Amino acid sequence: MNVPRSRVRIRTDQPPAAPSANGAPAVDAVTASADGNWDVAPEVVFESRDVSVFYGPKQALTGVSLAIRRGQITALIGPSGCGKTTFLRSLNRMNDSVSSFRIEGEILYHGHDIYGGNVDQVEVRRRIGMVFQKPNPFPKSIYDNVAWAPRNLGMRSGLSDRVEKALRGAALWDEVKDRLKDSALGLSGGQQQRLCIARAIAIEPDVLLLDEPASALDPIATGAIEDLMHSLKGRFTIVIVTHNMQQAARVADRTAFFSLETGGEKPVGTLIEFDDTERIFGAPRDPRTRDYVTGRFG
Amino acid sequence: MSGPLDSSDGDDRPQAYDPTAPLTASGNLRRRQIFSRLSEWMATAAAVAAIVVLGIVIYTVVSRGAGAISWDFLTSSAPTGILPALVGSAIIVGVGTLIAAPLGILIALYLTEYASKRSAQLVKLTMDVMNGLPAIIIGLFVFALLVDHKKQSGIAGSIALAIIMLPLIARGTQEVLHLVPGSQREAADALGVARWRTVLTVILPAALGGILTATILSVARAAGETAPLLLITSIGSTDNVSLNPFEPIANIPVRIYSLSEEANPEGFTEAWGLSLVLIAFILVASLGARALLARSKRKMSS
Repeated sequence: MNVPRSRVRIRTDQPPAAPSANGAPAVDAVTASADGNWDVAPEVVFESRDVSVFYGPKQALTGVSLAIRRGQITALIGPSGCGKTTFLRSLNRMNDSVSSFRIEGEILYHGHDIYGGNVDQVEVRRRIGMVFQKPNPFPKSIYDNVAWAPRNLGMRSGLSDRVEKALRGAALWDEVKDRLKDSALGLSGGQQQRLCIARAIAIEPDVLLLDEPASALDPIATGAIEDLMHSLKGRFTIVIVTHNMQQAARVADRTAFFSLETGGEKPVGTLIEFDDTERIFGAPRDPRTRDYVTGRFG
Repeated sequence: MSGPLDSSDGDDRPQAYDPTAPLTASGNLRRRQIFSRLSEWMATAAAVAAIVVLGIVIYTVVSRGAGAISWDFLTSSAPTGILPALVGSAIIVGVGTLIAAPLGILIALYLTEYASKRSAQLVKLTMDVMNGLPAIIIGLFVFALLVDHKKQSGIAGSIALAIIMLPLIARGTQEVLHLVPGSQREAADALGVARWRTVLTVILPAALGGILTATILSVARAAGETAPLLLITSIGSTDNVSLNPFEPIANIPVRIYSLSEEANPEGFTEAWGLSLVLIAFILVASLGARALLARSKRKMSS
């Protein structure tokens, strides 16, 4: 671990009246968390330093600096188009397939630049798994869905134990143990999403990125996914993008609020505030955060 | 002022109507409906005409060729039987498929999985132009390349047929590969598995039915291709069954051609009989391919 704890930066208060000339990020400050318990803060997994993302000429994200810590659940919230999914997908280079994608700044993963010259994107994703908004199981059996990645990564020994462990980890085992050979496409949406989580954790990644994992699900299935996140917490570092603020409040240790910065010519997504979840929802520093979490966002 | 209630014939005042009147056609609705019905009839008639043409072709071939079909006709050597032509066609088309299918599938994989938009467009254009190449020109090309100053051979025919089949297999396969949802590639990418393993274990299995369909359809097309085979395959072929593709080899299209050129009327009947065999094969292959595609599409979406 080569990122000192004191390097963790969060955005400070920024009075809305203050002119932000060219959409540049506000001054970052080293700030202690509200409860002042730096001593127990786990190590930093991701450190994002002044990250900006462009799609061709269009800037999607500007000046994001934040630190994501091991074993915690970090939620990214904010209105549509604020760049939170873009940021999430930048963490495991899923944006690389977009030909016009360009990133500035640095994202350090355990101190290594994710976009460094000799970094292999396949290796990045091997350690940083992702679950998508829409469940996307392979048109294979339930067992083969979970066993697919271990098989292709050479983790063949004890495969069925690994599959069982992953399915138990995703709280799906009891529902599917008698029909492992059935097609995964016959499962309900919520079961499919838990299968996708099982598929992701079967290769024991370090980090799980969840892109609105419950937005296509009904409230009961959503509840199951949230329970699952609580049970996975600690074993994995989890970053979740969600539109659902109650969900962020229920599951996340830390919450980052993204919004559109309208100071420049065109609105650009940026990080407004990043803090403990209770603080974001209870006593946000930034009036824009307060307006959003209290539903007064215009 | 123009509004949604305007009539189209230059009257730009909103047409007044009584909302409580019975709901029968009013205004120019009757005229519009006649026009609408007329276009429906014309479209239907064109579609029926296509079916009728195919029906007439099949009827003619069956009625004239059925008399020639007998066990002896199918299983004996020339001049009375067609066995050498059947076997020869199977060999020529089979070898052609062995050449064209792997190449075509690889081209399709390049198009959908690896190519940039620009190079994909170039390759697609190449495939479409290749598909439009007259068969006789492909025949001449292979003739100049492999046969001129040497001898005719089945393998030369296979190569010519492979050139004809390649764009069909590549484009057909590419279309089914496009049907494999991008979310599956994304899921595989996010698991840290290299793309070629994803291609082998997720994408190709999902598209297998469609790839087989494209291949069968191209086989059906190639089986009846005559022009290149006339030039390069069979002059000097024996009357007996020949299994060596490096020798001149008899085949169905050329046999139909030479039988129908003969002066005696029996040759004509035999040509029809052989045509019947060919058309039956093409129909069965096409229908089978369609059924296979429908089944694999169901499997992909359910």
